[in-house]
Amino acid sequence: MPKDGGIGASSKRREDVRFLTGAGNYTDDINMHGQAYVHFLRSDIAHGTITNIDTSAAAGMPGVVRIFTGSDFEGVGGMPCGWQVTDKHGQPMQEPAHPILAQGKVRHVGEPIAAVVADTLEQARDAAEAIVLDIDELPAVVDMKDALQDGATKVHDDLNDNLCYDWGFVEENKDAVNKAFEDAAHVTSLELVNNRLVANPMEPRVAVGDYARGTDESTLYTTSQNPHVIRLLMGAFVLGIPEHKLRVVAPDVGGGFGTKIFHYQEEAFCTFAAKACNRPVKWTSSRSEAFISDAHGRDHVTKIELALDADNNFTAIRTETHANMGAYLSTFAPSVPTWLHGTLMAGNYKTPLIYVNVKAVFTNTVPVDAYRGAGRPEATFQLERVVDKAARELGVDPIALRRQNFITEFPYATPVAVEYDTGDYHGTMDKLEEMGDFEGFAARRAESEKNGKLRGLGVNCYIEACGIAPSNLVGQLGARAGLYESATVRVNATGGLVVMTGSHSHGQGHETSFAQVVAEMIGIDENMVEIVHGDTANTPMGMGTYGSRSIAVGGSAMVRATEKIINKAKKIASHLLEASEADIELKDGAFSVAGTDKSVAWGDVTLAAYVPHNYPLEDIEPGLEETAFYDPSNFTYPSGAYACEVEVDPDTGKVTIERFAAADDFGNIVNPMIVTGQVHGGLAQGIGQALLENCAYDENGQLLSASFMDYAMPRADDLPMFDVDHSSQTPCTHNPLGVKGCGEAGAIGSPPAVVNAVVDALQSAGKDVTHIDMPLSPDRVWAAMNG
Amino acid sequence: MYNFEFEKPGSVADAIAALGTEDAQALGGGQTLIPTLKQRLAQPSKLVSLKGIAEMQGVCTGDDGAICIGGATNHATVASEAGGYPALAATAAHIGDPAVRNRGTIGGSLANNDPSACYPAAALGSGATIVTNTREIAADDYFQGMFTTALDEGEIITEVRFPVPEKANYQKFVQPASRFALVGVFIAKYADGVRVAITGASNDGVFRWAEAEAALSSNFSPDAIDGLSLSGDDMISDLHGTGDYRAHLCGVMTKRAVAAAA
Ligand SMILES: Cc1cc2nc3c(=O)[nH]c(=O)nc-3n(C[C@H](O)[C@H](O)[C@H](O)COP(=O)(O)OP(=O)(O)OC[C@H]3O[C@@H](n4cnc5c(N)ncnc54)[C@H](O)[C@@H]3O)c2cc1C
Repeated sequence: MPKDGGIGASSKRREDVRFLTGAGNYTDDINMHGQAYVHFLRSDIAHGTITNIDTSAAAGMPGVVRIFTGSDFEGVGGMPCGWQVTDKHGQPMQEPAHPILAQGKVRHVGEPIAAVVADTLEQARDAAEAIVLDIDELPAVVDMKDALQDGATKVHDDLNDNLCYDWGFVEENKDAVNKAFEDAAHVTSLELVNNRLVANPMEPRVAVGDYARGTDESTLYTTSQNPHVIRLLMGAFVLGIPEHKLRVVAPDVGGGFGTKIFHYQEEAFCTFAAKACNRPVKWTSSRSEAFISDAHGRDHVTKIELALDADNNFTAIRTETHANMGAYLSTFAPSVPTWLHGTLMAGNYKTPLIYVNVKAVFTNTVPVDAYRGAGRPEATFQLERVVDKAARELGVDPIALRRQNFITEFPYATPVAVEYDTGDYHGTMDKLEEMGDFEGFAARRAESEKNGKLRGLGVNCYIEACGIAPSNLVGQLGARAGLYESATVRVNATGGLVVMTGSHSHGQGHETSFAQVVAEMIGIDENMVEIVHGDTANTPMGMGTYGSRSIAVGGSAMVRATEKIINKAKKIASHLLEASEADIELKDGAFSVAGTDKSVAWGDVTLAAYVPHNYPLEDIEPGLEETAFYDPSNFTYPSGAYACEVEVDPDTGKVTIERFAAADDFGNIVNPMIVTGQVHGGLAQGIGQALLENCAYDENGQLLSASFMDYAMPRADDLPMFDVDHSSQTPCTHNPLGVKGCGEAGAIGSPPAVVNAVVDALQSAGKDVTHIDMPLSPDRVWAAMNG
Repeated sequence: MYNFEFEKPGSVADAIAALGTEDAQALGGGQTLIPTLKQRLAQPSKLVSLKGIAEMQGVCTGDDGAICIGGATNHATVASEAGGYPALAATAAHIGDPAVRNRGTIGGSLANNDPSACYPAAALGSGATIVTNTREIAADDYFQGMFTTALDEGEIITEVRFPVPEKANYQKFVQPASRFALVGVFIAKYADGVRVAITGASNDGVFRWAEAEAALSSNFSPDAIDGLSLSGDDMISDLHGTGDYRAHLCGVMTKRAVAAAA
């Protein structure tokens, strides 16, 4: 029987009512009295020296409040980077300054040079056109390998070169890994590209800065996944505003996918300008601006090698990756190709020796940072592609080769510094074999052939590290922040609850699933629990939502706070029931004395807490409100096995996905419907990366795919009906809910399944194709078949 | 967007008068023009909407049996009402998305002559007549290269007449992002021969494939295309496909159009 409430119930997403009826409150819905608008004049060339900016004519145009250029921000901090990576020689990464408005040079198309604040947006745009701007164009650095050549043009003159860092992991294992390759019976190697992506959330970024002269308080309304992080970074490092004078509000946010984690120049600008102009200042990104100013994702070029012994056991993995940082370091950029990527290179396999080398490179392109999965899709893609290629080279069944090398005993310490607490990789693979009907594949392939199509089957596994992250560990790894989460549970006098969380919801349905957890613990109706998030003024300091961390870390904080509430409520109940506290039981929203019929309702206890006439005032304080901070002791490790079946049209190279099955292990599940939805969305994005999405620059650093006319997003008719299962459950051992997180899995696990399937289809037709770089667009597939 | 005047006349004559203002521009469904204005890539002094002109709306059948479509008729209307020419209705039904089809007009599409648009292939492939406020232009004379047509300044398309073929079909291989035609082939079989018009492929915009027309006129079957090929040299080469790929698709889509023609 499915439950109709609490943990495990597919409760309908309560937030959808406002989203679907136009009653949401997005940042662009916020309009302040007397608000002015800012338009950013952005660089349309990739690299150059600014020789002249003359704003005098523009400043006199109708409606102009003030025009800002880089010189207005001398002495103001630049955009901070939140993670310092140490290279293989023990040296810190090269970290260039990142100005709010360009200082002297422009380094990518889209970099803001000047900002015009005016009464209306059109006036701001008119005035921006009247700014006289001269830029001496310099050669653009676009290709990562070219960028590292001796004598290459430097993106930043004050750095040694274009190498942000050269990271070796685990450096001490390098020789042993090399030795294992010398001793290998078989080595499979593969060079591949993990294509650059633009996140493209449905809602573009928006910022509204407001300043209260009377109290010297600044407020920023922004499209963020983590308002507290923005407040800390912007207040402490950029503008010098203490937290108690700075409020950051991220109201309803229409999708983030990582690109709304980071602190952006426009946020700092609007906050700064609101004070400088003594007027609220609003910026709403156009879609065109989003393409050239939102941090991009992925963009790795990798060579991976897999060594096997004579029995096909994996003995070592060696990788060399070039990771594009773009022109500046976005907030968490350095961590993505290192700690979120290298630590996942063991995948689901007991490979004893692994060495990962990552060269992070500056180029004259938009900064690159975390995008759904962040590092883990890149790890999974290369590993699952090389394993597939190895199986083909060895003539063994790709599933059997995987199974043979699966980790089966937990906890398992990988050679890349992490310890998996639980998992059952055979379990998810068994489930997948059932769902995928692999026995029926031959018949389906024959049917496709009759229609002139090539059919292929691709399978892969994935592991991810979620529930980010133990603060002491990430501190050692270079994080300049802690990664705990917080919750305050406020019980009102009449029994309703408000839970204020430091997590943020931007489409994930936290308002529903979080309420389910708290309601279950107390045994009350979900509708008695309200979830509040997104405003630093009324939520405890928390680190926000990304890395599939919200239920695992934010949910755990909520559990801890609710436990404190229950403990205190039991004390009150024991007083009211005149019984020993040890005998008080809470069930279905009532406290009773064990072994008696004496009980007191939840609402009577909460009322007593606020009207403490009959109350143990000598022992406990009145009121019922508790806060907890939860810092996880480990990552969580969701895992799964995916299968994709494609048809390839040999005449055109067009790939269509005919079937897609996903068997995931997310540990315990709070709301199965929401989890299914998260997997669907993740699969759509992963398939989008595999087949459609291609963020491409030309050699001059111009973005070729700068609008939806050229950047292909996945649409419903690009996708099959998904077959999704999460009944394989090995609960997380170290958090109170036993949950692992599900937000990124689909995007991590699906790209290799698609590419494996297409390679299978082409090889079935005798084509000597071992790899095609994503996206597998028709022209690329056709060229590979005919090349 | 820069400021502009706006007029919505009720007759062709009034529209022409309104378009007499310097830098005035006709507005059909705005599906191309409005995004251009939003990007500040055009600065007309005045927009003259053609949507209020009753005589430029709708689909009818002429005395000679031709399907006649008012120049301001939107794609959705053609899709649902041009049943007398099923291949044309089907072409309209696959332009853009429902919002685009409910706004975009045949006149706007033909005036714009985007090298990847669908209607130019239908018009050229059908040997349609483009009727304007001053004259009638044969499709063969009308299309003059990417975004270039025989229209004069201020001249508007009031109607398009399509002779109905015995068989026809449009095969559109979509560009994955825009879903315009990466290559679109419109073929129509008339008593006096077969016409093959190709959009999306050439640097010169929509064109007729003479060899395929000759081959199909003597043998209307997919095999007739075997051995024929176009050069990729003059074809569009971009993020979505090389010239060679497009040239190859021309053959594939032509065959498919012949096989599907009804
Ligand atoms: C998302 C999207 C997808 C699309 N997909 C496709 C597709 O798959 N295939 C396709 O073929 N098209 C596609 N289009 C284009 C669409 O079909 C429009 O028809 C086309 O943009 C122009 O028609 P319009 O009526 O909107 O013209 P407008 O945008 O109003 O005008 C375009 C130009 O034509 C001029 N003009 C307008 N009407 C007339 C007239 N009667 N006489 C003379 N000049 C005139 C205008 O002055 C302007 O220069 C798409 C558009 C969008 C936005």
